[in-house]
Amino acid sequence: MAKGKKAPEKILRQVPFCPGCGHGIIVRLVMECIEELGYNDNVLIGKPVGCASLLDNNLAVDTFTGAHGRNGASMTTIKRLKPDMLVVSYQGDGDCYNIGFSETMNAAYRNEKFTVIAVNNGNFGMTGGQMAWTSMPGQKTSTSVNGRNVELSGMPIRVPEMIAHSFDTAYVARGALFTPAEINKTKSYIKKAMQAQIDGVGHSLVEVLSPCPTNWGLTPLASMERIVNELVPYFPLGEIKNKGGK
Amino acid sequence: MSKVIVSKDKCKQCGFCVKHCPKQAISFSADFNSSGFKYAVVDDSKCIACGMCYTTCPDCVFEITE
Repeated sequence: MAKGKKAPEKILRQVPFCPGCGHGIIVRLVMECIEELGYNDNVLIGKPVGCASLLDNNLAVDTFTGAHGRNGASMTTIKRLKPDMLVVSYQGDGDCYNIGFSETMNAAYRNEKFTVIAVNNGNFGMTGGQMAWTSMPGQKTSTSVNGRNVELSGMPIRVPEMIAHSFDTAYVARGALFTPAEINKTKSYIKKAMQAQIDGVGHSLVEVLSPCPTNWGLTPLASMERIVNELVPYFPLGEIKNKGGK
Repeated sequence: MSKVIVSKDKCKQCGFCVKHCPKQAISFSADFNSSGFKYAVVDDSKCIACGMCYTTCPDCVFEITE
């Protein structure tokens, strides 16, 4: 018989996202992992500028909202000053990749010992679904109304692969949310990434392919279908790098 | 006591739980919750408390009691 399951108590109230948004699932996975790793107070979640900054007052842990895209730098400071603290930078793709590419890459380059959760939904969700680096070829957004033209703007970026293959970091993985099995796998990636931080192995990053039904103009279920059919072939799932713990 | 407690006011009618329930025990209500969505309703006679609804729900609607 299955064990009882209850949402982590540190999620205080209804998450403020659109129906079918992947943020709700990922926030729950992050909080479950924090709870299971035995961290109650000594936790800091770095929020980005973007949809996830709506999490204000939702989580009963310390949070910090960095300047747009600069969480890589902010979290570096906090982790260096408080080495015992579990520092998780929860960012969207617009914040983590487009705006904060320099900070994200430099934190990985220096192998800073904190964890990045990058939520990849293929557009700038909060500001109305503008084209991002991660938008797919032909994807219609509010700034690519005829579909993304790769002749003009290049192919979507795969930051986790860049980090895994360029720098000496501890853990890089990419998960998705389209079935319960994938959600459980994503949770195991997030947990391993946090464990790599706790063991002091180094920088860890987990990208999660997340649906954005509102800006994709699809139903929540059709958004999950789109992830399976269009995103997963270009953004392969699984662990990209795992140096292992102590 | 029911196997699943549903916080109906948190539900946003995304339908992930309905799709992934292995026993087709979840359906949407006829009336609306405080946010204006038709909320998930669990049929206790079909439910096996597997927790798939808990796993897929973005809004922490479900609590599995056993």
